[in-house]
Amino acid sequence: MNPSVETTLRAHRDRGRKLLVPYVTGGLGDNWALVLPALAAAGADAIEIGIPFSDPVMDGPTIQEASAAALAGGATPLSIFDDITGLDVGSAPLIVMTYYNIAFHMGEHRFAASLAGAGISGAILPDLPLEESVSWEREAAAAGVETILLAAPVTPDDRLAQIAARSRGFVYAVGLMGVTGERAGVAVSASTMGKRLKAVTDKPVLIGFGVSTPAQAVDACAEADGVIVGSALVRRLLDGAGPEGAARFIGELRRALDRG
Amino acid sequence: MALSLMDQPSDDGRFGDFGGRYVPESLMPACHELDVAFRSAWADPAFRAELDTLLTEYAGRPSPLTDAPNLSERLGVRVLLKRDELNHTGSHKINNVLGQALLTRHMGKRRVIAETGAGQHGVATATAAAVFGLECVVYMGEVDVERQALNVFRMNLLGAEVRPVSSGSRTLKDAINEAMRDWVASVEMTHYCLGSVMGPHPYPWMVREFQRVIGDEALAQCRVKIGGVPDFVVACVGGGSNAAGIFAGFADTDSRLIGVQPDGGAAIGRGTPGVVHGSKSMLLQDEFGQVIEAHSVSAGLDYPGVGPEHAHLAEIGRAEYTMVSDAEVLEAFQVLSRSEGIIPALEPAHAVAWVMREAGRSIPSGSTVLINLCGRGDKDAAQVMEMLKR
Repeated sequence: MNPSVETTLRAHRDRGRKLLVPYVTGGLGDNWALVLPALAAAGADAIEIGIPFSDPVMDGPTIQEASAAALAGGATPLSIFDDITGLDVGSAPLIVMTYYNIAFHMGEHRFAASLAGAGISGAILPDLPLEESVSWEREAAAAGVETILLAAPVTPDDRLAQIAARSRGFVYAVGLMGVTGERAGVAVSASTMGKRLKAVTDKPVLIGFGVSTPAQAVDACAEADGVIVGSALVRRLLDGAGPEGAARFIGELRRALDRG
Repeated sequence: MALSLMDQPSDDGRFGDFGGRYVPESLMPACHELDVAFRSAWADPAFRAELDTLLTEYAGRPSPLTDAPNLSERLGVRVLLKRDELNHTGSHKINNVLGQALLTRHMGKRRVIAETGAGQHGVATATAAAVFGLECVVYMGEVDVERQALNVFRMNLLGAEVRPVSSGSRTLKDAINEAMRDWVASVEMTHYCLGSVMGPHPYPWMVREFQRVIGDEALAQCRVKIGGVPDFVVACVGGGSNAAGIFAGFADTDSRLIGVQPDGGAAIGRGTPGVVHGSKSMLLQDEFGQVIEAHSVSAGLDYPGVGPEHAHLAEIGRAEYTMVSDAEVLEAFQVLSRSEGIIPALEPAHAVAWVMREAGRSIPSGSTVLINLCGRGDKDAAQVMEMLKR
């Protein structure tokens, strides 16, 4: 049984720790999977692995570039599952983030089973909104995979409550109106999102999109339980940071969050 | 009365198994708002009257339906042309953008964005934006910016900003990706003026309704001209908006409906079910669900997917979807020019090409064939000139 995202994150949060979830693009370079244990050792509470998709409409230039590079290098969902199967990342649960066509094409049932078999605990499908995700959530739950749903700044209150209620693992608060990528500062909408979600759910609430620096991570945690950091880390990996450089960056974020 | 075969989709935007609304949460409220706005506008006689006036006085509708006597004689079938290339801006795209521009105003938005392949939808959107005083940004793949330079200039002249897209295949598919990324960031003030019967609900339905004027006119014109309906109604299909528009007029008649795709972008025939750009439809993709790039001489049909209603019409067998080669299209482009004095856009040249190939074969001699001539070929002249030199 893979570690539960929600149980793990709740336990960390309940002892006063701010949550840190880095994102890496799966298949980015031959030894990409070595980054995962390094991130866990540097203080990641869970790790997101992106399965690259040819048409990533929610992603900005950095993740687009990484996705294209991984695909050009021959990455496939199966190669990524192979690369992480049996990998020791300590207690940090693994979460997959990809676009729905990857799951749909493989078949929801088979995709969910493949995730579980590769040691993956959760899944995020950003182009699968509430209305379209019922059958996927059922297949995922049956395989023991937690489906993490996204809430956006424009989501109305009643819908926000539904998303929070149906999300498993944590609630992914999209911190700004826009695609993934580094920004100069944390959007005001991020703290509003944190506040609105905390008012309707006891589940961990994490802010993603536009959180790139230790200071921004601390800012974003003013209302929320933690942050997801993607593009800033992937940018470093594209620039050749490797596992050590990635761990150094996540370590800085960890220490900033621990200081508060 | 029985329901029309091309009626409303289900409340969740499905035509059979296809369609839906596969978009990020950030876009869900806007899709919902658009659905509500379109439903109320479409049921509102004042909105319909305003749009009809625009279509008549500004776009020049109704477009004529004419015989193509020389081509008919050559092929041994009676060829009729629905002349939507005579619309203002040179294609059927104006029908849809005038409707969406009116809706944009009703929703209180001040900015429109659009994707374009051949540039026809971009030009139409830029035109409507100029008339309605809207800010307009058009996303266009770098490959298309190059092969459709004239349309880029036209859009600039009309006051639109054209943003070249350098990601992926640098064609229509990537222009849509980039437009969606813009929309995710700007949705509260911006309407995405999608150009085809694709994307998340309500777009496939809404765009078809804005284009059904082609089919409604053509049906009435055929009754007068030939005292009935044609044996075949033929239209090119990329996303499929002109085909959806003309099919809508004939779906409940005995006419056979034929959608003609480029053989390098034939989502129906070479594709499998998939989800991209907001809906479930047929899609060219690899064994892992990565979208495969289409390849077509025609920028407007250079797209690996197809509108979900076409996938549905194919599945239930009401419409048939075929393909032609680039070479056949180039030949048809020249034949129609010489035989009828009409230079077609490369897109409807696909429909002409299929009729030229199949007349006397799968189209029995003596049949009546209606082709939707949805765009004129001025924009393609420079590209074809280069290709013919080789």
